[in-house]
Amino acid sequence: MKLPAKAPEPNSENTPFFDGARQGRLVLPRCGDCGFVIWFPRQICPECSSQDVSWFEASGKGSIYSCTVTRRIPGGWGKVTPFVLAYVELEEGPRVMTNIVDCDPEHVSIGDRVEAVFEEATNRDGESGPPLLRFRVREG
Amino acid sequence: MSDDYSLRGKVAVVGVGETTYYKHGQSADPEFVLVLKAILAACADAGLDPKDIDGFCSYSNDRNDPPRLANALGIPELRYSNMQWTSGGGGAAAAVQNAAGAIVAGSAEVVVAYRGLAQGQFGRFGRSGGSRPVSGAAAYTLPYGMMSAAQMYAMRTTRFMHEHGVGRDAMRSIAMACYHHAQNNPRAVMHGRTLDEETYDSSRWITEPYRLFDCCLENDGAAALILTRTDRAKDLAKPPALVLAAQQSGGHRSGATAENTTDYVTSSFKPAVKHLYKQAGVTAADVDVVQSYENFTGGVVMSLIEHGLCTYENADEVLTFDNLRADGGTLPLNTSGGNLAECYMHGLGLQVEAVRQIRGESSNQVANAKVALANAGPMVPVASTAIYGAEEVLG
Repeated sequence: MKLPAKAPEPNSENTPFFDGARQGRLVLPRCGDCGFVIWFPRQICPECSSQDVSWFEASGKGSIYSCTVTRRIPGGWGKVTPFVLAYVELEEGPRVMTNIVDCDPEHVSIGDRVEAVFEEATNRDGESGPPLLRFRVREG
Repeated sequence: MSDDYSLRGKVAVVGVGETTYYKHGQSADPEFVLVLKAILAACADAGLDPKDIDGFCSYSNDRNDPPRLANALGIPELRYSNMQWTSGGGGAAAAVQNAAGAIVAGSAEVVVAYRGLAQGQFGRFGRSGGSRPVSGAAAYTLPYGMMSAAQMYAMRTTRFMHEHGVGRDAMRSIAMACYHHAQNNPRAVMHGRTLDEETYDSSRWITEPYRLFDCCLENDGAAALILTRTDRAKDLAKPPALVLAAQQSGGHRSGATAENTTDYVTSSFKPAVKHLYKQAGVTAADVDVVQSYENFTGGVVMSLIEHGLCTYENADEVLTFDNLRADGGTLPLNTSGGNLAECYMHGLGLQVEAVRQIRGESSNQVANAKVALANAGPMVPVASTAIYGAEEVLG
């Protein structure tokens, strides 16, 4: 079943990430001083406090670090249970909260290799917003 | 550093009070009245006049602020008020710590640590609002259906179980011990409702690996503890429960939800425990009874390991129902029924129960309990933990 897709509201700190999402590209911030790949997007490196942060295109590949199959929850999400909420560890290092989609929730587990997909999303006014970064299980 | 920079034994809990504990939304009293009732009950327990109170400490953005409480109680001097910020009830022991610190510093003499909530009046705690703006950190969580603490900590528990291969059996034992203790506790919301293995195993999944009985209750009520100098406690009504140690516990980037917590597979107690036993002057082996905050049972397993009460290797063998019982167990746990079966007063009830154990007043009294540990808020960004002791522990 299609999961709800509420569009995030970009601000000046994360615009390149969401602009990338609109093009189907995973664009992440990286510290120019210590090399730390930052998640979630910030202008100041949380490791070394440098403000020399720039953006690069990441592979979009990673693996499931942890996950939970949610089966009971109030509200709109209660209509799409069971669904998989997960942390995906990207090849570039950060762990990202996300959903695993196009999958059988009974057969998703830690260590599964996944790849990024960008799903259309709408904001509170029903207008198209930045797509959501989700993941699906990767073959091979 | 001089020993003078330690709380150890300088301050005692001299009064505890609780309202009737109600199921979610069932209190006829408004929240503010519940808090006043708990404070008055604690004063009566201590043998203190409410007008003796000159300080207030709470946590988790409690809505009942000290100036308002002081007005309602007719307090002549409000010398100290304090709020500890954290997620959930992680600040329950921190409120005690802050109260004790204020007394040691001479900022106030009689300080109340309190917490109240009436969810019928103000809505459920910990539920993400669907109308919250999807911006800031929420832009990386809300769109994924991360709506509850249960989900966030389910993922942490899943990772813990994956890395250490323990926890499933222990989680069930913890839930059963809480319900077992609630049967002797007339205050407990689940008094009269038992839980056996079969009922637990067949209960519905909420979000894996949590079943219904792994999750804390939702309640209305209030609780309060009154603290003062140990040397003043001698003149009061009840034997003092000394604060041997109390610590807050935040680690590197532990405040991260959507971000990358450096040490993910943790109950958040590692930073505090380093200081806790040292300050208390006791070891894990000296702890007679434990009140370990159950937002979710998986967090209790991690908490007990990080407090040195069992290990990653033997958690499932040590944390059995028989061992966790007050009646004969080696590691009596949550002897009031705790957040799962007594009441979820955001963990302050567990601090109260630790005091009762030191006094010998628990409905599931552990014989000769002299050292009681009570922690708060596993897995939250900043947790807190305390050790209480009988006067003779100071030697």
